Amino acid sequence: MHKIEAVIQPSKLDAVKDALVEIGIEGMTILEARGHGRQKGHTEFYRGREYTVDLLPKIKLEMVVPDELVEKAVQAILSSARTGKIGDGKIFISKIDDAIRIRNDERGPSAL
Amino acid sequence: MRRYIFSVLLGLTLCCPVLVAQTPAAASTSDRLSKLEAQVAQAQSSADNAWMLTSSALVLMMTGPGLALFYGGLVRKKNVLSVMMQSFAMMAIITVLWALVNYSLAFGPGTSFIGGLHNVFLRGVGLAPDPDYAATIPLQTFMIYQLMFAIITPALVTGAFAERMKFSAMALFLTLWSIVVYSPMAHMVWGKGGLLNASLGGRFPTLDFAGGTVVHITSGVSALVCALYLGKRVGYPREAMPPHSVVLSFIGACLLWVGWFGFNAGSALGSSPLATSAFVNTHFGAAAAALSWALAEWIRNGKPSALGAISGSVAGLVAITPAAGFVQPFSAILIGLIAGAFCYFMVIKVKSWFGYDDSLDAFGVHGAGGTIGAILTGIFASSLINPIFKDAKTGTPLPSGAIEGNWHQVGNQLVGVAIAWVISIVGTLVLLKIVDVIVGLRVAPDDEVEGLDLTQHGEEGYDFAS
Repeated sequence: MHKIEAVIQPSKLDAVKDALVEIGIEGMTILEARGHGRQKGHTEFYRGREYTVDLLPKIKLEMVVPDELVEKAVQAILSSARTGKIGDGKIFISKIDDAIRIRNDERGPSAL
Repeated sequence: MRRYIFSVLLGLTLCCPVLVAQTPAAASTSDRLSKLEAQVAQAQSSADNAWMLTSSALVLMMTGPGLALFYGGLVRKKNVLSVMMQSFAMMAIITVLWALVNYSLAFGPGTSFIGGLHNVFLRGVGLAPDPDYAATIPLQTFMIYQLMFAIITPALVTGAFAERMKFSAMALFLTLWSIVVYSPMAHMVWGKGGLLNASLGGRFPTLDFAGGTVVHITSGVSALVCALYLGKRVGYPREAMPPHSVVLSFIGACLLWVGWFGFNAGSALGSSPLATSAFVNTHFGAAAAALSWALAEWIRNGKPSALGAISGSVAGLVAITPAAGFVQPFSAILIGLIAGAFCYFMVIKVKSWFGYDDSLDAFGVHGAGGTIGAILTGIFASSLINPIFKDAKTGTPLPSGAIEGNWHQVGNQLVGVAIAWVISIVGTLVLLKIVDVIVGLRVAPDDEVEGLDLTQHGEEGYDFAS
């Protein structure tokens, strides 16, 4: 089992979710985040004072998937989240030791 | 009025044969005449009272929620409730004080500088009119209308020390301030025998229709003194402290604009053509100033902001306040255009030159706007709108402002402005010192960083997670 964390542009959330559901991944956690990589922020003006806003709104998706779906999920995210511009985001993959279903104590890949 | 008199006369003429023939009818006709006159007077009084009670409600709305929202949106999220609470506290505290003593100090008979204790506990303030103040409405209406002004004035001051003053210190300070600064100033401009009272023969008649000096200069200049005395917020100006909700401020500003019709047009103290003039001028002043501030911003920053536009409208409303019942509509537009640009300059440039932390620009908008408005009133006042000065013997209207040749009035305006500045500076300094010694003015730095909502009020403004 692997965890896929994807930081994407907020406007791409619907497209990415649809793409993942289409390949059979329905369980995921979505967080509202702020951050930046190499993307520059912007300046805002309030009553003549300039504020540089470099923490930009992002969406982070987290999902734990069976090994055989990892590459398919990554491809689904890549094709639906990409715009080609700086700020598209990143995907991180890590190994997961175990998964447990709270409802009925089920463990392992069948709990996903 | 004329038609009533005509019909009465006509009726009398037709009654003549009857009068000659039967004597008892004569008594009944003159009785009917007196009754008719009383009914006419009552009709006028009803109309005036309806407008004045409405105006009183509108002015209260300016404080709550108008100003509360306007200021609330401008501060950081962690302090939103503290700012609203300060305005609300004025609604509660000043009301009681007004009934106890402040109405008497402001509007009771006394000296040229302050009223006396004749009307403490609202003694003598009944439902009969006071002909000197407002001949057609109950004195209690006048009292409650003036109370709403007394509430919003200290509430405006809170803009200077937002996000760092203790609630207890604020309550004590503004209580004393309402007695020492507001009541005397109100008395001088609007009270019987007041030094600056243009309607009741003051020595230096200052044209201040709705409170440019009494409300805006006093609050704005006192705000500046507070900002300087208390010092800057922790982290200012290095740390970014943008408004947490321009949306709230927008709603507040619109409520202020609408409420201001009560503030200015209600100062006609009746539902007269003068109220119409004031209403129209108020609206034009607000709109013109919103445009000039937004335009100045567009030129300087490349984009007109919502906060800039609404700030401009407030600046225009402030500047038109002393002028509302004295100027022609196009003068109002001009005053608005000037005020928007001038206050923009004060907030953007002058504030950073001197580096004071007037958190919500109470001085930049109210102090500066009130000052420029008062001076422009002396220039643009027209006897065609409001013949405030009359020849003592003939009763013919005399020139009001500079545009009619009375440049002397600008001098009088400057006297009123100067007195407002001096009483504000001296009164505020003394009171701040006293309150500092008794209670201490600022919250502890750690509390300031954590936020006043939690540390002063034990609350959070927003708890969206719950």
